Amino acid sequence: MKRIGVFVCHCGINIAGTVDVQRVVDALSSYPGVVHAQDYIFVCSEPGQALIRETIKSKQLDSVVVAACSASLHEGTFRGVAKDAGLNPYQCEMANIREQCSWVHQEEKGLATQKAVRIVRSIVEAVRLNKDLQPIRVPVTRRAVVIGGGIAGIQAALDIADAGHEVLLVEKNPSIGGRMIQLSETFPTLDCSQCILTPKMVAVSRHPKIKVLTYHEVVDMSGYVGNFKVKLLKKPRYVKEGTCNLCNKCLDVCPVVVPSEFDAGLAWRKAIYLPFPQAVPSVYTLDERVCLGLDPLRCGKCSEVCAPKAIDYNMREEVFEVEAGAVVVATGFDLYPMSKLGEYGGEKYEDVISGLEFERILSASGPTKGQVRRPSDGKEPKEVVFIQCAGSRDPENHKPYCSKICCMYTAKHAMLYKHRVHDGNAHVFYIDVRTPGKDFEEFYQRAVEEDRVNYVRGKVSKVFKQGDKIVVWGADTLSGKKVEVKADLVVLALPLVPAAGAEELFKKLRLSTNKHGFLQEAHPKLRPVEHPNSGFYLAGVAQGPKDIPEAVAQASGAASKVAALFSGVELLREPTIAEVVDELCDGCAFCVDPCPVQAITLVEYIRDGELKKTVKVNEALCMGCGVCMATCPKKGIAVRNFTTDRFLSMVDAMLTD
Amino acid sequence: MEEEFIPRIISFCCNWCTSAAADGAGTARMQYPTNVHIIRTMCSGMVHPSLVTEAFMRGADGVLVCGCHIGECHYRDGNVRAEARAEAITLMLDDLGIERDRFRLEWISAAESAKFEKFAEEMTEKIKALGPSPHRKS
Repeated sequence: MKRIGVFVCHCGINIAGTVDVQRVVDALSSYPGVVHAQDYIFVCSEPGQALIRETIKSKQLDSVVVAACSASLHEGTFRGVAKDAGLNPYQCEMANIREQCSWVHQEEKGLATQKAVRIVRSIVEAVRLNKDLQPIRVPVTRRAVVIGGGIAGIQAALDIADAGHEVLLVEKNPSIGGRMIQLSETFPTLDCSQCILTPKMVAVSRHPKIKVLTYHEVVDMSGYVGNFKVKLLKKPRYVKEGTCNLCNKCLDVCPVVVPSEFDAGLAWRKAIYLPFPQAVPSVYTLDERVCLGLDPLRCGKCSEVCAPKAIDYNMREEVFEVEAGAVVVATGFDLYPMSKLGEYGGEKYEDVISGLEFERILSASGPTKGQVRRPSDGKEPKEVVFIQCAGSRDPENHKPYCSKICCMYTAKHAMLYKHRVHDGNAHVFYIDVRTPGKDFEEFYQRAVEEDRVNYVRGKVSKVFKQGDKIVVWGADTLSGKKVEVKADLVVLALPLVPAAGAEELFKKLRLSTNKHGFLQEAHPKLRPVEHPNSGFYLAGVAQGPKDIPEAVAQASGAASKVAALFSGVELLREPTIAEVVDELCDGCAFCVDPCPVQAITLVEYIRDGELKKTVKVNEALCMGCGVCMATCPKKGIAVRNFTTDRFLSMVDAMLTD
Repeated sequence: MEEEFIPRIISFCCNWCTSAAADGAGTARMQYPTNVHIIRTMCSGMVHPSLVTEAFMRGADGVLVCGCHIGECHYRDGNVRAEARAEAITLMLDDLGIERDRFRLEWISAAESAKFEKFAEEMTEKIKALGPSPHRKS
């Protein structure tokens, strides 16, 4: 019988304050196979680790159980300790008596102690059946796919490429640039957004290690960390890159006019278009959704005037596969739809606009060349109302979360408005003003003190039209007085939501999110740039609302994780994968189809003159999910160290008093 | 006086979601009944139907299998397999004379610690109402 050692951690009072660790030690001391049991105040401390190392040697332990916190925190620590003392690391298991016992049963000290005993016993039973395992070595494809060509994706691509690795930067739109390229100035410095972003866009397009795949989408993905296969769809642009010389003649003849996405619908574009002057790549795109017909008999005007013959109506979608070792997801955000803010006149009144629309109005490259004009009649608005939290922090009706950037961009909007319309008034309705960031509070104070922006603490109760004015009613909760503003323009700070199509994409990539659709992190504090699924990294608002410097920092963090992954030629994978039990497998092949990665094949061979059927597991493909094990009627295949018999031993231990 | 019946509930929790949710419940110091015992599996699709029925035969009053929401499985569709098996498990329980309500399959993501806490409470109440399992040993 295996000689098992049990170490029970106090974790200060985190465990010992609820669980009577001495009773746990006493109960385990007499448990079959346990030759050593003791408690220690902080087992994860260096003396605690040394204690385990020395005891493994002095008591000739075969296996170790550390009863402490979650395996997700310290399993690596203690398996390393076991290895240092000469054990196979898979002979060490953790019993979680903190997160799953002492912390959740603080009022039930006696019962919590009983439960801790059962938990530790069940892990003793588990480790008793553990086999020595060796990590599986797999090659790493040192190429990253970055999904999303906004500032986060651009930064991640640049940093990974600068570390010497190939990057495919995939963007669904005709140009990279994302949301940031649409912005006017950026808080708190009032840098021109385009002026600081375009150098990075050029750098990406010129970088020898980066391939920019605009107008491409990820349609499917398989494989695992280090060895992904990514299926990409190239949408037809109908204009040949490199041949188009941007002469603009097609624009003059195209008869189709649709709202411009770049100008947030405030200006028009043709069916054939360049999204914005600094677009990367600098090539026209023919939008097949609105083009009169790719059949030249129906229109064909653009092709007729195209001197370099760049237009090709015969382009078709192309699907191709690339191999990659890591994926950075930087799919960004959209704004919550205006139509859902009917109470504030969203989509009812032309002069109630979103913050993004106001960015375009303020932008030097916008439809009004930066002059403040309202959409309905082009007049300069003299009274502007900004409504913060127009949908954010509103769990009853809209989104419960804070969208984080709105306080600052509203201060910026109001400030820039006052800089351009000196005799105008800016009113901001707010719940709180949140300015936690470097130079943020000073920026807000500047809006209030220097630019005389009128901040009104209170929610807006009603927005309605009166003549050519938009009347905004609200209450100033500081003075207790009712406030009415007859506004010329109302700007709503809408919630940030995951980009359109992100939900579908995350499903394809099997990436979990929170309930608002923002990507989950591997650990909210300690692993904020990694997804729980190995090989996927997070950057930008896809993970949650954040401003530009935070998105850039996260992207660089994600890139450094990718660079670390790519630093070796091989990757060590968990060896806890499926293994065939030859004497029990009769080759019925029930397990072959359910395998999600097609890792199992049926094989036949002659043994002792008889045909023997069995299955074979591809070690490079198997992820260790155990679907095969749960399908097998004969215990003919099992995940190493996660066998059904092992689970049953654990159940027994948990059901025994 | 008769001693209060405390059900013994075994909860097989997927490593990637519900086990993490249970850790999160601890970190947030949420409180739930002590009688829910967690066994960490790598996937809800790893749980063999015999594991559930055997747990009942060995004395569990309730068995829960918890995994990631459909479409979010770490291994593509292990939870879809678990869902299909749950139906078979229900029929097996009928044969064994075990009430169907003693078994539950539930999707609880890593972000849903509060859902786990509630689920543990709800199942404890439900199984308390059903009384001890016919196969309970003591």
